[in-house]
Amino acid sequence: MANRAAVVGVGQTKHKSRHKEVSIAGLVRQAAERALADAGCGWQDIDAVVLGKAPDMFEGVVMPELYLTDALGGNGKPVLRVHTAGSVGGSTAVVAANYVQSGAFRRVLTVTFEKQSESNATWALSPRMPFVPHVNAGAGGFFAPYMRLYMQKYHAPEHIGCLVAVKDRLNACRNPYAHLQIPNIDLAMVQQSPMLWEPLHFLESCPSSDGACALVIADEQIAERSPNPPAWIVATSTRADGVMYAGKDNIHPKSLIACAKDVYSKAGITDPRRQIDVAELYVPFSWYEPMYLETLGICGEGEGWKLTEAGATAMTGDIPINPSGGVLSSNPIGASGMLRFGEAALQVRGMAGEHQVDGARLALGHAFGGAHSYYAMWVVSADKP
Amino acid sequence: MREAAIVGYVQGPQRRYAGAANESELIMPVVGEVMRQTGVTMQDIDFTCSGSCDYLQGAAFAFVEGLSALATVPPIKESHVEMDAAWALYEALLKIWTGDADVCLVYGFGKSSPGELRSVLTLQLDPYYHVPLWPDSVSMAALQARALLDSGAASERDLAEVVARSRVNALANPNAQLKGRPTVEQLLAEPAFVSPLRRHDCAPITDGASAMIVASGDAARRLCARPAWIRGIDHRMETGILGARDLTRSPSARLAAERAGVARGRVDLVELHAPFSHQEIILRRELGLANEVPVNLSGGALAANAMMVAGFDRIGYVAGCILEGKADRGVAHATSGHCLQQNLVAVLEA
Repeated sequence: MANRAAVVGVGQTKHKSRHKEVSIAGLVRQAAERALADAGCGWQDIDAVVLGKAPDMFEGVVMPELYLTDALGGNGKPVLRVHTAGSVGGSTAVVAANYVQSGAFRRVLTVTFEKQSESNATWALSPRMPFVPHVNAGAGGFFAPYMRLYMQKYHAPEHIGCLVAVKDRLNACRNPYAHLQIPNIDLAMVQQSPMLWEPLHFLESCPSSDGACALVIADEQIAERSPNPPAWIVATSTRADGVMYAGKDNIHPKSLIACAKDVYSKAGITDPRRQIDVAELYVPFSWYEPMYLETLGICGEGEGWKLTEAGATAMTGDIPINPSGGVLSSNPIGASGMLRFGEAALQVRGMAGEHQVDGARLALGHAFGGAHSYYAMWVVSADKP
Repeated sequence: MREAAIVGYVQGPQRRYAGAANESELIMPVVGEVMRQTGVTMQDIDFTCSGSCDYLQGAAFAFVEGLSALATVPPIKESHVEMDAAWALYEALLKIWTGDADVCLVYGFGKSSPGELRSVLTLQLDPYYHVPLWPDSVSMAALQARALLDSGAASERDLAEVVARSRVNALANPNAQLKGRPTVEQLLAEPAFVSPLRRHDCAPITDGASAMIVASGDAARRLCARPAWIRGIDHRMETGILGARDLTRSPSARLAAERAGVARGRVDLVELHAPFSHQEIILRRELGLANEVPVNLSGGALAANAMMVAGFDRIGYVAGCILEGKADRGVAHATSGHCLQQNLVAVLEA
């Protein structure tokens, strides 16, 4: 039986297109200091540091934990660098939780970041490899066909994606750290925005952001003495499968089904829609919300878009999704997964401010990466497991 | 903490140039072989972790393609570190310690041949202040070597002796890339490459991959008659600013060795991940090793240095000696970054 662990500090930067005023080191430092302040501890109290980020080519710094050692207070400490594609923010939090759950460490700092303005993500994602056809479609172009498939298969009306975009962007207006703040957004504005990759309009796609997120994860004894309420880590899970194989279901990926099944069984969740108070899901493109609702067993196959349409996923709905504004509003890629995990923690700690879901006790954080091939999830609770 | 042991390890061929073989093709044979040797199937593996670096292959997500070498349907529990696979082993151990896994597959791979490694590694530095000066990895190691020579802690002859011993030891290692019987005098007669380092003081460029099976107590005993128990493991980091460090010392290696418990017993052999000859001298001192302890019987990183694997291979080699009954207690070390910036030390016992 693993030792108990809890999130006792959450920190993030303001997410925006260009953080010109800080270096990469300054960016991660800002998030880390905020997490330490929340946890009521100093750098000297941290036993180990776990860094995560998406491909090094996004900034052009190879293995940046080496350069960021000083900024992360890593001198003389164990420092580990995780990289699991877009899901990295989530899987890094899972590794940091493992440090404490193993009993080997008492208080761990974990930080994730992306400073997309330092380089060019589309260049980094479009290498010309020998013997491999060059696809210069960007992530949206790669994923759009699966959204079209979903719409056709389940007769989902075209405006559902736009509804997700409106809801998440309005939620983001309640989150001071969110990158995109569009208070006057409505269905017509999304529908009239340029079509990027059919069926995705410009406003249905995530932005490119600079930003960082940090968590302090501590053992039971420290968590109980922390100045702010802890978010107990009830269950964690990660799953991966191949990019492409015969029979791969890109609407309801096997790897996500397995990940959800695992995390629910560890957390004792049998009826996710009823038991989970709020979920932060990695939705980089609008249509992923209804698709995830189904894959995560929150509703049946083909029912996801109906939940979205009925407003069940709004802040006031019965299963609020992404009250922070989600990846659609802020996307510092390497940190995006950890932001989901951290926002879930803030909700059960009652510290989400204007985007707090009333009475949230059990929350789900979720991260997605690769070609529907990498998933990480955790369940956090206000109640000690 | 739960017990954990290495029950199988396979190193692939170490070559200067693996030709058209892609990363998956480097991984597949070693993963297949370690599973065959241990009798472990994909269904038995609770957790898989790998170490690699995108910049070596020149494309984002090297490890995603690497997964093509495994059977991933049904989906697997998996993670990846953008570090030497020695740290992937560490992440696997975390999973064992938490009780989340009993049998783990760990592998590392690196194909440095397509790029210009010395320059690629420059990008590990501060991107604003240091990278624009383009100090390459060999030049930075040379600064360290010069500091060591100037301190009086070693001579150029000492460096040559490290190389001569590595080459001779490598004769017994079928996977070694560089081997031979050069005399110290012959080595000292070679011209400087980046002074004071000669070419032979620097690790070769190597393409390669390795894989390991690590298991918790009962699983290890079931899978293996003589597992290599990991009795201590620790890793520590130092600043990336070379000017802020005393390059002749490695306090992170010393601390990791202390915490791993190196001094708690006799050491039959030690494998040090020293990509430059002078670093072996620094590490010997920091680990507090007795003079008679055999160092780098495999030939070490000077004999073959597949990036992201060479540290992992040090652990694998010591484990192999224990598995085969050639040693009872050994120490392995892995490093990352320039001039021994980050160090991991593991103590393995029969």
